[in-house]
Amino acid sequence: MIWVDTVVQGVLLGGLYALFAAGLSLVFGIMRLVNLAHGDLIVMAAYLILVLVTVLGLPPFLAAAVAAPVMFGIGWVLQKYLLNRTLGSDILPPLLVTFGLSIALQNALLEGFSADSQRLPTGAISTSSLEIGALNIGVLPLLTFASAIAVIIGLNQLFYRTSLGRAFRATSDDPVTASLMGIKPGHVFATATAIAMLVVTLAALYLGMRANFDPNIGPARLIYAFQAVIIGGLGSLWGTLAGGVIIGVSQTIGAAINPEWQILAGHVAFLLVLLVRPRGLFPRAVD
Amino acid sequence: MALLETSGLTAHYGDFQALFGVDIRLEQGETVAIIGANGAGKTTLMRSLSGVLQNAPDMIRLDGTAIGGLSAEDVMPLGLAMVPEGRRLFPSLSVEENLLIGTYGRKVDGHWTLETIYDLFPILRERRNSPGTALSGGQQQMVAIGRALMSNPKVLLCDEISLGLAPVVIKDIYAAVPKIQESGASLIVVEQDIGQAMKVADRVYCMMEGRVTLEGTPDTLSRDDIHNAYFGVSA
Repeated sequence: MIWVDTVVQGVLLGGLYALFAAGLSLVFGIMRLVNLAHGDLIVMAAYLILVLVTVLGLPPFLAAAVAAPVMFGIGWVLQKYLLNRTLGSDILPPLLVTFGLSIALQNALLEGFSADSQRLPTGAISTSSLEIGALNIGVLPLLTFASAIAVIIGLNQLFYRTSLGRAFRATSDDPVTASLMGIKPGHVFATATAIAMLVVTLAALYLGMRANFDPNIGPARLIYAFQAVIIGGLGSLWGTLAGGVIIGVSQTIGAAINPEWQILAGHVAFLLVLLVRPRGLFPRAVD
Repeated sequence: MALLETSGLTAHYGDFQALFGVDIRLEQGETVAIIGANGAGKTTLMRSLSGVLQNAPDMIRLDGTAIGGLSAEDVMPLGLAMVPEGRRLFPSLSVEENLLIGTYGRKVDGHWTLETIYDLFPILRERRNSPGTALSGGQQQMVAIGRALMSNPKVLLCDEISLGLAPVVIKDIYAAVPKIQESGASLIVVEQDIGQAMKVADRVYCMMEGRVTLEGTPDTLSRDDIHNAYFGVSA
């Protein structure tokens, strides 16, 4: 039974990783942009929520709701006025610029908030659990996982059921022909990053409620997100969830064997998937 | 005042000059064909008109407004639509989504809707949920034309719509042109298939090496005139 519990905890942890990864997957799927500052943007959003909680005294969920439109705006401006300028046939400029952005964000957060670990106050929710059969399932991990599913369903609906989603796919296929349809690729890309920042805010909320964070943990979150995206297959949102779950389960199983193996087990699982399926589990047909 | 006109239009790709002072005009309700051999500058002219290539603002006017300096995303909503060379359907979109994307972000009232386009090309109604690129070349061309019509453009730019298609398919595609003309759109048709171009056009421009070498109406131009203008040598 302990193993069932371990796997369930891993699946739920995968929900958090899927939330880290969904924004990355969205942005990559649309504009082939690998945002190396993604993890740091999550940490920045966590600090933004923390400020709203401590200064205004808002509960974390409400603070996240206030932070979300701010992050949306930051994402839009970031893409429109910085990252769009780096897009082109050469893949190096976006990598360099987002790498630089990552360092700048970390240092700005260090300057503003010091290197001390922080945590969002959670109240009773962090310790409450549901008893299902012989399993005890934490409410917060369950909520995280449910949010990840909701985000992926929402993004899929947006992608395949709305006119904005059509514009995302068309611009991703062929920006020049999209502009012949009157679509502004620069606006479409900015909107995509802005939406990704909404997901980032949600990821930041759960990150901050479940664990300590400090200005330097962004790159590690990026690695988990990156691995989830690659395991799932670039551009596939359900694949990203599967990737998150695979890393989560590997980590909890690794930790059950030996606590030192938790992180390592996730990386090993990533390498194993890459060995067997170099393009990930659910790669897009057109790349 | 012409609906769309160019005056002294020049265009460059880096150091290479592709157009040298091209003057053409398109009147309301008219269909103009632009013919010429490979490399004559026809596609460059279309890229300039559609805003994919930018020029000095005054070089291109639509309804008297200088549009030469605008990019495609800004110029298309002013009433232009383009059927690009090679069709360029969006592979991630179904047939119907390819049609719908033609009016992205704007609602233009007029004759052309999904229903009237399905009436024009009934096969597309049957294939509406297929991926656009799963269709035959001729059917893809129908989607590309329908996609452009969805915005009910004042000016429809058609770049090499017969390219790579079988003669019987070309005939089918061109059979739709009179219906498009009846809907009130004005057309610029770039063609290598001179016979088809002459059948649908009110006026013809022939281009060679980035210049207009001949202008006239199909019934006044002789084979020799066209041969000279097309190849630069006498027949």
